[in-house]
Amino acid sequence: MSGHSTYEPKNGFERWLDTRLPLLRFANDTIITFPTPKNLNYWYTFGGILSLMLGMQIVTGIILAMHYVPHVDMAFNSVQRIKRDVNFGWLIQGLHANGASMFFLAVYIHMFRNLYYGSYKAPREVLWILGCVIYLLMIGTAFFGYVLPWGQMSFHGAVVITNLIGAIPIVGHAITTWLWGGFAVDDATLNRFFSLHYLLPFMIAGVVGLHIWALHVPGNNNPTGVNVTSTQDTVPFHPYYTVKDGFAISVFLILYAVFVFYLPDALGDAANYIQANPLVTPQHIVPEWYLLPFYAILRAVPNKLAGVILMFGAIATLFVLPWLDTSKVRSLRYRPTMRWYYFIFFLNCIVLGFCGAHAPDDLVIPGVSGLQLGDANINSFVWLSRIAAAYYFAYFWVITPLMGLTETPLAEPESISTPVLSHPAAMLAGAAASPEKRG
Amino acid sequence: MLRKGFALAALGLALLAGPLFAGQALAATTEAEPKDVHWSFEGPLGKFDKAQVQRGYKVYREVCSSCHSMNLMYYRNLAQKGGPFFDPKYAENPNDSPVVKSLAHDIQIKDIDSDTGDAISRPGMPSDRFANPFPNEPAARASNGGALPPDLSVMAKAREGGPAYVYSILTGYTAPPKGMTVPAGKYYNPYMPGDMSSFMAKGMKVPEGGFISMPPPLVDGKVTFDDGTKSTLQNQARDVAAFLAWAADPKAEERKTFGFGAMIYLLIFSVLLYFSYKRIWKNVAH
Amino acid sequence: MADTVVGANPDPHVSGENPDRRDFIHIAAGVAAVGLVGGLAWPFIDQMNPAGDTLALASIEFDLSKVVEGQQVVVKWRGKPLFVRHRTPKEIAEAIQADHADLRDPATDESRHKPGKAQYLVLIGTCTHLGCVPTFGGGDYGGWFCPCHGSVYDTSGRIRKGPAPLNLAVPEYSFLSDTKVKVG
Repeated sequence: MSGHSTYEPKNGFERWLDTRLPLLRFANDTIITFPTPKNLNYWYTFGGILSLMLGMQIVTGIILAMHYVPHVDMAFNSVQRIKRDVNFGWLIQGLHANGASMFFLAVYIHMFRNLYYGSYKAPREVLWILGCVIYLLMIGTAFFGYVLPWGQMSFHGAVVITNLIGAIPIVGHAITTWLWGGFAVDDATLNRFFSLHYLLPFMIAGVVGLHIWALHVPGNNNPTGVNVTSTQDTVPFHPYYTVKDGFAISVFLILYAVFVFYLPDALGDAANYIQANPLVTPQHIVPEWYLLPFYAILRAVPNKLAGVILMFGAIATLFVLPWLDTSKVRSLRYRPTMRWYYFIFFLNCIVLGFCGAHAPDDLVIPGVSGLQLGDANINSFVWLSRIAAAYYFAYFWVITPLMGLTETPLAEPESISTPVLSHPAAMLAGAAASPEKRG
Repeated sequence: MLRKGFALAALGLALLAGPLFAGQALAATTEAEPKDVHWSFEGPLGKFDKAQVQRGYKVYREVCSSCHSMNLMYYRNLAQKGGPFFDPKYAENPNDSPVVKSLAHDIQIKDIDSDTGDAISRPGMPSDRFANPFPNEPAARASNGGALPPDLSVMAKAREGGPAYVYSILTGYTAPPKGMTVPAGKYYNPYMPGDMSSFMAKGMKVPEGGFISMPPPLVDGKVTFDDGTKSTLQNQARDVAAFLAWAADPKAEERKTFGFGAMIYLLIFSVLLYFSYKRIWKNVAH
Repeated sequence: MADTVVGANPDPHVSGENPDRRDFIHIAAGVAAVGLVGGLAWPFIDQMNPAGDTLALASIEFDLSKVVEGQQVVVKWRGKPLFVRHRTPKEIAEAIQADHADLRDPATDESRHKPGKAQYLVLIGTCTHLGCVPTFGGGDYGGWFCPCHGSVYDTSGRIRKGPAPLNLAVPEYSFLSDTKVKVG
């Protein structure tokens, strides 16, 4: 996709095809010879894992659509029928439902890796923005998909989230009614959500294509954050990274399999095994775990519109991150202070997740009720989520720009090869066996 | 090394976070923790105790089924692979199992006569759904003082605690504590989710639990077990909970067996890939 | 920037001194990967086969005493019509007579009903040409006539005229009692 192609057609057919549709050239340049920094660690394998998960979700989803009935009277039972009567239906449904969680787990690791090594910084801003678009589409897909089993949590989750739109002044209610296709979440809503749930993954796949294109123009970032300077810094993608990604995928599949085969309901909610009933709301409305941090931000504010703006702002912030970061150094390896703010940010996101899982008035430290500040109980999850939400925004809007200007980074290596080759053990091994040195 | 350790710890934390959220989410309810029961089907290798599930079916049929439907269950399910009356002879078509045929035959199914169109009752067949005790929801409510007996098909998955919750509810009825006003037609049960604060006399400690509309359904000796198991309240409750656990997840054994093979395969695959990876990378300093 | 890195390292295993030699471990890993994909492919394919509830309805029981002599009852079985016909002695005689006629798909009438139950004919009611449903009482042979392309069947359901290649199929069925049959 970039640079000069090294592809040489091997036979007559390949030459013929190459002048008409250079498909093999394209494949060769993107997944065979593509020069990849040789110091990518396991955190960089999640791109491959995510491709696999997207494929898995699309394939299992198409299969489930063959058996699923998008009708309020039959949706719940049709999912149960898939798990009981369809051949291997329990497996395919398990792969799909747990696959969503695995997909999000992988995407979060992918994003945190990106933040740590500064991969969103120039010249990879478009790559990062496309990634954020994928993430947004994933959230949409997951939301629509969660409605389909038509359990209590599906239904009331859909009610709560669609009602958020009602917060928009003047047109909010009209949009909500339009989205529902009625006066409440009902059959029409279920049908259109099914349609959209089928559509969005293909949009994701399209944006993933652009994402990979945008990756292949500047090439991979790497843990040092230093630009590739010579051929010594890179290895061809195949077989070096196909096998490394393959190994990581295999280990990831083990984790995935543990959930599918032994903990199929661990990530779900018991209330979703009760068929949707518009007349009774479950005791606790909680989204799936991967959306809890945003749910916590939403509830941190007592004002409906402000909460919605803040929640969408939390995601919108990601889009402008490349321009908020003023640092000249990409990787946090060489930014000792910023690194701590980063680790706190990571824990902060988990804290936000816990806040999202709890009722706002629940006590953070059970049994302690004396922490009053005026009318407010500081020991409640709503206050914890306020503090955590504040840190979330401060990290991007205050800490990131300021630290870039004030922090003195450590010395970066001159090139990717320098730190490893200067290492005594690596020097010996490199001198003995490195073919690129001979050549 | 330290960095790697830290990274792994972070990943582990992230992985733990998911299940923890699910557990934490319900910490705020006021019911008692379900009793700790040992089940034969627990764990990655656990299997259903066929005799127990058979007894449980009997409890369901003789007691529960007079009010509770199980709309997702068919009589044939009892004879399918993993079911309590599975017979390898009829693995091909569980409909042919004579045991299940006679079990189904004992039950009257409401149907429409195909010649006259009249509503009739006929003996059940293996391909019939479990008979629904009530023709519709209003009828079910009317017969139960306004409360709807929930469908039990996936009950063991639809409550936090699963079969242990079922067992705890069935065995957990106690006399209401002092100072509690129990409304007519309600029963106090510490394992039922609810909020008792408005039913307690002023100044009394609010107990765990809630009100349930179902009168205590099981008592010692209520069901005669064919295999000589003592018909205590605990045994009946445990067996019917096991039956509901099976009914909620009839493919659980198939899933675990398949999963065992899949895990072994993936482990071997990972090891092979690891050595392949090490070999390919052995000449690259990185 | 990308231009400067294109050359990349030579890879000893792909283009090195022994391009044909593949280590056993790579082959084993490759085979395992293919096996994994294959193992996952089967559930994905098998799910399209009839599901448990479909199979459960694949066999039905039917009481023949409901069918009066000279009548035909059509029941749905596996989504297709099933002709249950109570034949008159005259029709049976005609059918036996035709055993030695020039048949396209030779079969004796005896082979088309259960022993001692010549009066009951159970047939799958779809034309063996392209699957239309033949109507009873049409054609020249006292049996069925297919309105789609004019195939004619006799009183034993054998093809006598028209484009259909085979006789109306007899499903797998058995008598559970004197008048009760189980089909499938």
